Amino acid sequence: MTLSVRDLTFSYKKTPVLSDVSFDAEPGELLAILGPNGVGKTTLFRCILGEQKRHAGTIEIDGVDVRTLSARETAHRVAYIPQTHAMTFRFSVQDVVLMGTSHTLSPLASPGRKQERIAEEALEKLGIGHLSDRSFDTLSGGEQQLCYVARALSQQAKILLMDEPTSSLDYGNQLRVLDVVKDLAKDGYTVLLSTHNPQHALWYADRVLALHDGSVAALGPVEETLTPALFETLYGTRAELYETPSGSVILPVSNRGETK
Amino acid sequence: MDKTAEQGRERRTAVLLGAAGILFVLILVSLTLGRFAVPLTEVVRILFHKLWAIIGLDRVWPMRVTWTTFMENAVVNVRLPRIFMAVLVGCSLSAAGATFQGVFKNPMASPDILGASNGAAFGAALAILLGCSSRYITVFAFVGSIGTVALVFLIAQRAPGLKVVNLILAGIMVGSLFSAGTSYLKLVADPTNQLPAITYWLMGSLSGVRHEHVLPAAIPMALGLVPLLLLRWRLNLLSLGDSEARALGVNTDLLRAVLILCATLVTAASISVSGVIGWVGLVIPHLSRKLIGSDNRGLLPCSMLLGGVFLLLVDDVSRNLLQTEIPIGILTAVIGAPFFIYLLLRKEKTL
Repeated sequence: MTLSVRDLTFSYKKTPVLSDVSFDAEPGELLAILGPNGVGKTTLFRCILGEQKRHAGTIEIDGVDVRTLSARETAHRVAYIPQTHAMTFRFSVQDVVLMGTSHTLSPLASPGRKQERIAEEALEKLGIGHLSDRSFDTLSGGEQQLCYVARALSQQAKILLMDEPTSSLDYGNQLRVLDVVKDLAKDGYTVLLSTHNPQHALWYADRVLALHDGSVAALGPVEETLTPALFETLYGTRAELYETPSGSVILPVSNRGETK
Repeated sequence: MDKTAEQGRERRTAVLLGAAGILFVLILVSLTLGRFAVPLTEVVRILFHKLWAIIGLDRVWPMRVTWTTFMENAVVNVRLPRIFMAVLVGCSLSAAGATFQGVFKNPMASPDILGASNGAAFGAALAILLGCSSRYITVFAFVGSIGTVALVFLIAQRAPGLKVVNLILAGIMVGSLFSAGTSYLKLVADPTNQLPAITYWLMGSLSGVRHEHVLPAAIPMALGLVPLLLLRWRLNLLSLGDSEARALGVNTDLLRAVLILCATLVTAASISVSGVIGWVGLVIPHLSRKLIGSDNRGLLPCSMLLGGVFLLLVDDVSRNLLQTEIPIGILTAVIGAPFFIYLLLRKEKTL
């Protein structure tokens, strides 16, 4: 499914958050969204999910304005993968993944064997089928994140929105989760990934959408777009780009570097 | 591949069947208990006899009457309606508790979190003060309970900000307003007969429940419990928080409103016949969660069955322990609080 955002402008209580943001995301593509804290990445996702409908401009999924979609219809098209967070109740992994199927069920129905099979398949696909009957809160951060990805797969929506999925994970788990996400993009999902880590964009993204002060600072293929100059615009810190045998590496340079 | 799902389903069924079995046995045993002991065999015979008469088999295959009319009267007219009511009230309060805990993402939520019992107490106190009959006390309590929650809901809808927090805050405010009102009514009530009546009502009791009381209470309870049971899996989604639930395709505002409406209906129907009975709606969902897990597909029915068991047990103690009845509201706290402490201290077993 193609996501098309045109001139998206959103203000929160008269404070502009997003202004004239336009971009497209195609199936098979991993689009990384970069930007400093509070730049409106989460707001952008909320608008796409239809949680915020008071925006100017249009957001279309295969030509349908998201404002005209109900929550159920949106869930059919877009899956949201949150950061790992504590849950009030101890659900099992299977319970959590099953929740992805809710939009396919009538409001008064509970999931049955068919939905349980979908959930199991999603877990198997991500290689975490063995976690199925574990309690969600006993999983590691990386496993929890994969569990949310599995829930998104059981939702069977073709657009995946990931809001800083790796922010609370260690290096190993960050890369494990991103490998999975990259594979999903290759499988034909449209993946939007917001991240704090430009290096993740370099390694995994096809294109980069850089937001600064609520508008698009840069948009394009990752190698051409993610330059030290953009890095400095976004984060206010100098950076250097190195070519290594295993790809490009972008590193911030401490402003105090020379004085040490 | 479906192994874990099947195992989960089987385990859930086993726990629910077990709880239902305990409830059934306890109902039979409770029928034997009372100032006038009736042996279990006679209880079973009397019940079969009644059943025979209802389905018209008594003319084809009449049963030999081995019991006295006194026994029959005690079992059928005195104990049976009261036992039914205890089970219904326990069932309803526990279901409402489990629902509110899910809706408010808070394991400490109880059925009266939105002021339902404060409103009911005010209504009942007002009715007693006005010298109404017991039927109208029930009606006043019911209306007071529903009205209070409706008021809380309207206030929370108008307020800006997070709806869940608004609801809880509005519930505390309006609840304390009505509780002040009840205090005032107690102050002006006639201390020789009205004040004790109000006080006794506030402590909760199932004494005096007759056949004719069961149906008027059971109808609103059923009207609330059936939707709660049908929506119980959706409650899981709502307990993730609005944003996430919505992204999964849930109309969160509508679902929450329906769940609150149904849970309030069963709570009001319960409190209006039994008076204020605390603890059941808090403790039983907790216990059930330990037994069957947090998935409301199992948790809600399990809470209902165990709620029935618990309240029936407490009511048995209430009417049999001493010569005079102990108000059930006191007993639920006396039994509920230590039990809760036990649950708190017990080491968590991981799933």
